[in-house]
Amino acid sequence: MSAKRLLMGRKQPVETTMMTTLDDAELDRTRRPRTPLQGFGAFLGKGDGDVARVLVLLLIVVVIGLVAPNFISKASWMALSQTATVVALLAIGQTFVIITGGIDLSVGAVMACSAVIGAVVMRELAAGGADPSIAILVGLVTSLGIGSLAGLINGLIITKLRITPFIVTLGMLSVATGSMNLISGGAEIVGLPPQLGSIGNTPLGGWFTVPVLVTILVAVVAGVALSQTRFGLRTFAVGSNQGAARRVGIGVDWHIVRVYVFAGFLAAVAGFLLTSRFVSASTMAGTGMELSSIAAAVIGGASLMGGRGSILGTMVGALIMAALQIGLIIAGVASFWQTIAIGIITVAAVYGDQIRIKYSGERS
Amino acid sequence: MTTIDPSTADVVLRVTGVTKHYGHVQALRGVDMEVRRGEVVGLVGDNGAGKSTLIGVLSGATTPTEGAVEFEGEPVSLSSPSHARDLGIETVYQDLALALDLPIWANLHLGREQRRPGLLGALGFLDKKAMIASAEEELRTTRIRIGSVDARTSALSGGQRQAIAVARATARGSKLVLMDEPTAALGVEQQHRVGELVRHVADRDVPVILISHNLPQVRELCDRVLVMYRGRIVAELDPAIEGVESMIRWITGAALESER
Repeated sequence: MSAKRLLMGRKQPVETTMMTTLDDAELDRTRRPRTPLQGFGAFLGKGDGDVARVLVLLLIVVVIGLVAPNFISKASWMALSQTATVVALLAIGQTFVIITGGIDLSVGAVMACSAVIGAVVMRELAAGGADPSIAILVGLVTSLGIGSLAGLINGLIITKLRITPFIVTLGMLSVATGSMNLISGGAEIVGLPPQLGSIGNTPLGGWFTVPVLVTILVAVVAGVALSQTRFGLRTFAVGSNQGAARRVGIGVDWHIVRVYVFAGFLAAVAGFLLTSRFVSASTMAGTGMELSSIAAAVIGGASLMGGRGSILGTMVGALIMAALQIGLIIAGVASFWQTIAIGIITVAAVYGDQIRIKYSGERS
Repeated sequence: MTTIDPSTADVVLRVTGVTKHYGHVQALRGVDMEVRRGEVVGLVGDNGAGKSTLIGVLSGATTPTEGAVEFEGEPVSLSSPSHARDLGIETVYQDLALALDLPIWANLHLGREQRRPGLLGALGFLDKKAMIASAEEELRTTRIRIGSVDARTSALSGGQRQAIAVARATARGSKLVLMDEPTAALGVEQQHRVGELVRHVADRDVPVILISHNLPQVRELCDRVLVMYRGRIVAELDPAIEGVESMIRWITGAALESER
């Protein structure tokens, strides 16, 4: 030992018996006996409020079913599930983006743009005498490529130029819409291989069409990725505290880029499935869809502050919106009521989540 | 056995002639320091004296303009916080750097998540069971008691969050712990507990560099106190001998003036 070290010595180990209780009293708060009302509240709050969300969905289905009994039917399920696919796919990508603390206003426009350009490719190939399956395949790849490219551009501008996601994706909304109209001349694309329609509309096993099955598959994969993988955990970490994520060595920029690419890719998947349902691509298909996807994610419990959200919640959110849309049509209610109802439910859902978080003992 | 000078063998970190310029601003003007096994070194100084820049250099966040850093006898160039962490240099940041929306176990493993063995691991699947078990083990060895490591970190009090940040920095073979104002936001009782944690780390032979404005606490916890003034270390004080008054005279530069 150096002389200085000996001179100064080392502090003796301190008694550490004091440390065994860190705010145990505060943890005990959650273990107190509860009134039945509080117990019901806790039940609703289970799974980050997913129990309450599923109950709201069931309530909507039951109420519409009482008003219009033929809502509970196979025909309305087919319509509802087909309707839900587009919002659900966009909202899954949106959920990842929102969890990172971002927002993607371009998903609707990117969906329409990639679908229209993919459709133009298919139309030209079919007109040139190409094999229909080749034409469809090339159109699909083109769509997916354009969707992913749009997401890549979003992500790179957000992370490299440090412009807020709101502005970047608002710009992409405009650019994607303009590009689509330039290429299509603003008109709906028709004259596509008729085989497309069998992809979009054939019910497999009677109840599930290909778009619905693809959506379920995407939801399961995305849900597992978000909750079980390192990518999912880091998505939450980036949105919860970006600075902390950086300092523990997470490649935050690259992570954000990948999340926007995923959202763009899913927008293209949604667009292609929509094209296959109608065997045409509408330049209007994406209008307002960015807001629907955000509403579905938010109804599903995603926080625009980042760090919170789940795929199960988002799927329930998308189903609530589809149930209202189809249900109110079947019940003969003017479709404008649907948008009013969704607006109210979105705000109520966020309020419900705030109440839940307040009573779960969390602090800011 | 070859004879090794124990004073050198004990040195974990050696900093020689480190400077840092930001344009015309000289944040560090040639810092030399050594940190030895198991000691708590206090780093004090006024705002702008260069403490945070120095911690930035040691934690890999700041690249020095000149100078050398030797860690465990090897010259190193700390290129990023994750590089510093890979070497065993852990930092407890003033803001704690916790993701409050994540469960406690995830914060303890953030950036070093364990994956499942085999194909699932290659696909990125997390080994949550193993991480929860090791999180519980880490909190046990650090003697921190927290209900469930599966709870959201936002459910914890300020003191508990601090304890999690310290536990993350001291777990899994860390070799040097840097703490930037670990008690600035805490009440008296919680400050005391963090102080115990600091001593606990040092007792396991891991040296700690502690930045603090709380001079009585620095006196109580540290084996040595280094005073920074205008980008240099101007004094090394023995807290057993020097009181708070004397530290203040060095921090404000008054002691330097009277020495001239």
